[in-house]
Amino acid sequence: MSTTKGTFRAAMLARSLTRRRSRVVIAVLAVAIGAATMFSLSTIAIDIPKHLALDIRSVGANLLVSPSETDTMSQQVVADVTAALPDGSVVARAGFRFETVRINQQPFIAAGTDMADAQSVKGYWSVDGDWPEHPGEVLLGTEVAEWVGLRVGDPLTLSYDDETLRLRLTGIADTGGNEDALVVLSMDDLETLTGSGAVVHLAEFSVALDATTLEAVAAAITAQVPYATAAVVQRLARSEADVLAMLRSLLSIISVVVLALTMIGVSTTMAAVVSERRTEIGLRKALGAGDAEVVAEFMGEALVLGALGGLLGVGTGYLLAQYVSQQVFARPVAFTPWLAAATFAAALLTTWGAGLLPVRKAATIDPAIVLREE
Amino acid sequence: MTDTTIVAMTEVTKAYGELRALDAVSLTVAAGEWVAIVGPSGSGKTTLMNIVGCLDRPTDGTVLLGGVDVTRCAAAELTQVRREQVGLVFQRFHLIPHLNALENVMVAQYYHSLPDEAEAMAALTKVGLAGRAHHLPSQLSGGEQQRVCIARALINDPALVLADEPTGNLDAANAQAVMRLFRELHEQGTTLMVVTHDPKVAALSEREIVLDHGRIEREEFHVQS
Repeated sequence: MSTTKGTFRAAMLARSLTRRRSRVVIAVLAVAIGAATMFSLSTIAIDIPKHLALDIRSVGANLLVSPSETDTMSQQVVADVTAALPDGSVVARAGFRFETVRINQQPFIAAGTDMADAQSVKGYWSVDGDWPEHPGEVLLGTEVAEWVGLRVGDPLTLSYDDETLRLRLTGIADTGGNEDALVVLSMDDLETLTGSGAVVHLAEFSVALDATTLEAVAAAITAQVPYATAAVVQRLARSEADVLAMLRSLLSIISVVVLALTMIGVSTTMAAVVSERRTEIGLRKALGAGDAEVVAEFMGEALVLGALGGLLGVGTGYLLAQYVSQQVFARPVAFTPWLAAATFAAALLTTWGAGLLPVRKAATIDPAIVLREE
Repeated sequence: MTDTTIVAMTEVTKAYGELRALDAVSLTVAAGEWVAIVGPSGSGKTTLMNIVGCLDRPTDGTVLLGGVDVTRCAAAELTQVRREQVGLVFQRFHLIPHLNALENVMVAQYYHSLPDEAEAMAALTKVGLAGRAHHLPSQLSGGEQQRVCIARALINDPALVLADEPTGNLDAANAQAVMRLFRELHEQGTTLMVVTHDPKVAALSEREIVLDHGRIEREEFHVQS
């Protein structure tokens, strides 16, 4: 019974792959190693900077909003500016009201705020003790605590005009800067002490956007929120952008180098595979195969090797990315389907390109020369 | 050339610069004839075989194979003539190592027309290897591999079976078995051209053409027993 040419061709391909296992394994591994390295580096290059950007945001606010017309703004400014920022970009935010208070007749600047918000935007503060969680609790900067000679757990009294407020010191903050001279208490406690309404003097935002976008957003906020002016903390935004850009560039360069090395490795492997089968190519031609037929048969095999190597590479590359990310950055990476498809396509293309030259060269050999015995 | 002439070479020359591997050789091979081409190394017998087998072209002269002037054929036409008219048997067998015996025979069918497992099995049966059809070349003896080669050469019913030192890589016993097979094929009407340096193999043929320095030195005729 006749078999179709396509069926027999598929059978020959299957035999070649299953009965030349050691050669196939070597070729597939050559592709897989390149694909795995490329996929893992690309995954890290895409995913990690996003996480790092969020981490970097913990070093402080990069967008400051202050009143444009009067001295104060409504507390609503925090919500209004948050709404004006791109969805998901706000990592932390807090509004602050500043008043001069006295401890033991000494004047200090008190900052009234929402404690949970402040804790997120001031993540770089090192607090001995705890952030205040309840009304009647206060956090002092190290300078203030030293000046008044208080320790965590001590009571203190704040005075404002003729009013006083008794509080308990829950924590002492080492901020590394001017904020060491602050007295930090809840907005409600400050309102109780001062007897006046809900206002803020400054709103701080930690926003996960690149420097250029942040500048544009700040300008838009200034235009959209009539009572406020938004300003980017330039030094912070530029440094952050530079660090992330350097990381992306480094990973991109490494990926390109890996791709080039993969091409060389796969080319060498394919050239060796084809060279080993020169006699077979000569025989097929002697039996009546045309040059194009020989090229098609061998390139078909190359594509299968590329596909197997690509699949193995993507799978292994993802595991490698997870391992490296956990070890270096202490966080997982997400699986990016389009990147997996692109890596698989690159593996196919690389194998096809690497195999084409040696196969085309081999297909033009004179079978009489290859098969000659003398 | 008669209707029963399979090969007709007229003043065929193959030159490599000053060197003439074949020098104005003329010969014919009739249908059903068994011709041996003999000569020492460098005598031109492989060159002659390659030209008759459409693996090479002469520098001068004409070659008619099955009535087709192969000296005028383009490369693709030459391949087609070789596919349809010639069955090749090599000294080193040249079986594809990852295909079993049956598949090796079917490869020749694949490039000719359509692979047919039953026909391929019949060819292997003819050479006494039906029981080894699914063995890889590495699992076959030298003699068995050569018989697979012969089955491959016969599968497309070629006008001519061209064998290059078919017993060169075989021990005496296997060589005898292969030559017995050739005798059977000859008795069945197969046209054979065997290139050999072995006088015992040459003596089994009907006609022995002795080459030396690219020329026909003499022809000898043998009585078939």
